[in-house]
Amino acid sequence: MDKAKALQVSAIKDGTVIDHIPAERLFDVINILGLFNIQEMITFGTNMDSKLLGKKGIIKVANRFFKDAEIDKIALVAPHAKLNIIQNYEVIEKRVVEIPDEIVNIAKCFNPKCITNNENMKTRFTVISHNPIELKCRYCEKITYENQVVIR
Amino acid sequence: MQKRDLISINDFSKEDYLRVMELAADFEQNPNQELLKGKVVATLFFEPSTRTRLSFETAINRLGGRIIGFSDSSSSSVSKGESLHDTIRMVSNYADLIVMRHPLEGSARYASEVSSVPIINAGDGANQHPSQTLLDMYSIVKTQGRLDDINIFMVGDLKYGRTVHSLLMALSEFERPIFNFIAPPELAMPEEYKRFLENKGIRYFEHTEFSDIISEADIIYMTRVQKERFTDPIEYEKVKNIYILRNKMLKKTKPTMKILHPLPRVNEIHTDVDDNPKAYYFTQALNGVYTRQAIISHIMGLK
Repeated sequence: MDKAKALQVSAIKDGTVIDHIPAERLFDVINILGLFNIQEMITFGTNMDSKLLGKKGIIKVANRFFKDAEIDKIALVAPHAKLNIIQNYEVIEKRVVEIPDEIVNIAKCFNPKCITNNENMKTRFTVISHNPIELKCRYCEKITYENQVVIR
Repeated sequence: MQKRDLISINDFSKEDYLRVMELAADFEQNPNQELLKGKVVATLFFEPSTRTRLSFETAINRLGGRIIGFSDSSSSSVSKGESLHDTIRMVSNYADLIVMRHPLEGSARYASEVSSVPIINAGDGANQHPSQTLLDMYSIVKTQGRLDDINIFMVGDLKYGRTVHSLLMALSEFERPIFNFIAPPELAMPEEYKRFLENKGIRYFEHTEFSDIISEADIIYMTRVQKERFTDPIEYEKVKNIYILRNKMLKKTKPTMKILHPLPRVNEIHTDVDDNPKAYYFTQALNGVYTRQAIISHIMGLK
């Protein structure tokens, strides 16, 4: 790693690095993981150059380790995200996210006449296609396509 | 026993369809059977639909059940801002079955999650109206003697018409159906349904107007072409008369062919068709009562 790049976001001793987040989805990822109300140190950067995504975001969370089910929730907005699990400044494990078969209470249904957009309730989608993402609403049965995905 | 709901036509299997057809025939022979005696059925119509409500309420009365409910949400606590969740929780404590109609899509599925008693969806916005599909199927089996090998022509608004979509799904469970779609390009059958048929290896043909090909039809299923569906009013003016069925067009059709329509009709079937024995839409509506008796009996395990 060249020096200039290494300095962009400082290293953490123990915790999780989430890399390859599409730049415009960085705050969605923070939201989905509930990072706005944890006490540990968080550093994040965005609009960094990426060969894969053009512009990417990165988040480093100290002393936090995510369960698979927790991290898979970000797959909708950051399907190419990669996780590095850090212990004592060393990467001890690398993980990729996987889109779950059912998405509960993360995305909004695109259909304004869907009950989920008019009643205080959870949304539920079946993932009918992974690439590109297609979500079928359990309630109105309409399909929300990847470019229509909005996080609640 | 786990409660059984009817929310979407896909909730029923081919066996369920056949059982409902069998029960509907039984109720047609013998309409008054007190299977709901001592039971209370709630008919919750969050938006008015006189035809569907009267059909369900006739079915419930013929089964000997008692009815509570409302026919318009302005006369219920919904107008005070009560959530659907709370209305359903309350009513499911009172009633043994809930029949509901609601303008929002997915409302019936949500109600089925909240309710401790079975829910029958009598229409959730533009989404599903499964009892209509089952009465359409009963009308087909009654007039054709079968549900296999049906050549059906669907005419009019095939883009937004939920009745044609549900009927397409249901008939696809049977052997060798042939679908013919007659619609203006703006209101053509959506790609997802055509893809569904292709995946199942089912034949379909698309036409933009009526022709002699209707001589092959077993069923002509008419729907209304609504002016509101067109972004360009000139386009509507161009096509509005193409999709009107007239008596003289029926000369070469099969003697057993029947014309169905979910009603209300506006002008898409000329009144000169009404006296033709091939016109079946008014009997189709009556079949709805028997079919709804059958649906209630089937999901509640009364028969």
